[in-house]
Amino acid sequence: MGSIIKSAWQAILLVASCSPEVLGILWTSVRTSGLALLIVTVVGVPLGAAIAMSRFTGRRLIILLLNTGMGLPPVLVGLVVCMFLWRSGPLGFLNLLYTPAAMVIAQVIVAFPIVTALSVAAIQRIDPNLLLQTRALGASRRQTFMITVRECRVGLLAAVMAAFGGIISEVGAVMMVGGNIKGQTRVLTSSIVLETRMGNFETALALGIILLGLSLGVNACLTVLQLRNQARQ
Amino acid sequence: MNEYAGKTATLALLVCLSVVLAACDNAQPPAKATPNEANGTETIILATTTSVNDTGLLDALLPAFTKKTGIKVKPISVGSGEAMRMGKRGDADLLLVHSPKAEQELIDKGFGLNRTPFMRNSFLVLVAGPADDPAKIAAAKEAKEAFKKIADAKAPFVSRSDNSGTHMKELELWKAAGVEPRDAEWYIESGTGMAETLRIANEKDCYVLTDSATFTSQKDGLQLVALYKGDKVLDNIYSVLRLNPAKCPNMKTDAANQLAEFILSGEARQIIADFGKDKYGEPLFELLEK
Repeated sequence: MGSIIKSAWQAILLVASCSPEVLGILWTSVRTSGLALLIVTVVGVPLGAAIAMSRFTGRRLIILLLNTGMGLPPVLVGLVVCMFLWRSGPLGFLNLLYTPAAMVIAQVIVAFPIVTALSVAAIQRIDPNLLLQTRALGASRRQTFMITVRECRVGLLAAVMAAFGGIISEVGAVMMVGGNIKGQTRVLTSSIVLETRMGNFETALALGIILLGLSLGVNACLTVLQLRNQARQ
Repeated sequence: MNEYAGKTATLALLVCLSVVLAACDNAQPPAKATPNEANGTETIILATTTSVNDTGLLDALLPAFTKKTGIKVKPISVGSGEAMRMGKRGDADLLLVHSPKAEQELIDKGFGLNRTPFMRNSFLVLVAGPADDPAKIAAAKEAKEAFKKIADAKAPFVSRSDNSGTHMKELELWKAAGVEPRDAEWYIESGTGMAETLRIANEKDCYVLTDSATFTSQKDGLQLVALYKGDKVLDNIYSVLRLNPAKCPNMKTDAANQLAEFILSGEARQIIADFGKDKYGEPLFELLEK
C-alpha cells in the first residue's frame, strides 16, 4: 500500500518536474493514440452507421467479422504488422518499422473493429418508427442518415470511448512494431513494461498513474459531451 | 441551431487537431528526435539482448555515437536467438549478442562476417534465501556439479526458457551435468526476461542462473543470494557481430561498420568501464583485452 502512495507522489513529481524524458514519452503516447483515435473515428463511425442502415449481401457476415474483431489480440496484430513492415517483408521498402507511424497503424487496426462494431450496435438501437416518420415527412436518404446519427450520438460516443480505451491501454502491438526505443517510440504502456522488467516498480506505477490521468482527462471530455447530449434527448 | 454550431465547432477542432498531429510527425521537440531519412540522417538498427539493454548501457553508449557521427541507432532488444534471426532476415544492421556458439554458427553459414568479443560479465548461479541452500551448491567445484546437485535434490529451478544467451548457457550446463530438466516438476520455465525471472525465483524460492549485471541491478529488491560463481565455463562474453551484406539484404553496411568501430573504440571502452559504478558501486561489465 505504501508503495502505491509513494508511486502516486512520484507520479506528481515526475510530471511537475517536467523531465524531458517523461514529457517525451507522454507526448509520443498522446500523438500516436490521438492520431489513431481520430482515424478510426472518422472512418469507423460513418462506416458502422452505413452498415447498420443499409441492406446488402454479406451484411450479416461483415457484422459478425466486426464483432469478432473486437476480440482481436493486439499482440497478434503487432506480429502481423511487423511481418509486413520488416525489411524482408512486402512493405519493407516503406521503412516504417520502429517508427511512431507503425504504431499508429497497429493501433488503428486494433481499434477499428471496436469502434465500427459498436457504432453498428448504437445505430441499431434507433426506434424504427422514427425512421418511418422521417421518410414519411419527405426526408432524403442523406437527411435520414444524418438524423439517425444524431439520434444515436450517445451510443456512438460510447463507441469512440471504447476505442480510445483499447488504444491507450495497448502495449503488445506498440512494443513489437515500435521497438520501445528511447526518445523515439517509447510510450507510457511500453515504459511501464520496461521499468517493471528492470525492477523499478515505483516508477512503473507512477507512469501507470500518469496514463490513467491522461485517460481520465480524455474520457471526461467525451463523457461531458455524451451526458449533455443525453440531457437534451 | 446551437447544437449544429457546437457540432461544427467540434468537427473544426478535430480537423485542426489532425492537421497539427500529422504535421507534428516531422517536428522535433527538444531532447527527442524522430529519425527522418529525408533530412539526410541515417538510421541503423542494432539488434541486442535484454540483458544489455535493461542495464541502461546502451543509453550511455549510443548518444555518444550519434553525437560523433550523426547516425541514429535504433536498439531493438530481444533474446540473442531472435537477434540473430533478425540479422539473417536483414532486419538488423549490426548485432550485439552473447551466444558464442550460435554466433559462430551464423558466421559458418555465411550470414555473419566476423565476431569481436569485447566485454564480459560473469554468470552466477543463485538461490533464494540467506543461508538456505537446500541443494548445497555453494560447495560445488564446478558449474555443472552445481547443476547436478540441484537436479539430484529436485530443488526448484527457474529457467528463462526464451532462447536467449542466458538460456542457451543454462541448457549447455544441464547437458554437461547429464540432466534433462524439461518436464521435471521442479523445473519452471518462465519465458520472460532476466529481471522478471529473478523475481519469480525470488517469490518461489528457486535456484536460477543469472548474469551478474542484471543481478547487481536487482539485488536490493531480492532475497536471493549469489551462491555459486567463478567457473570459467560461466563466462558470459558479449561480442559485436558484423553481418555479411552479401547474404543479408538491405543492410546499411557503412553505417553499421562505423557503429561496430565505435563500440570497440577507446571512447566506448571508457564508458563501459565506468558504467554502473555510480549506481551500484561496481562496474556492471568487464572489458576484454583488445
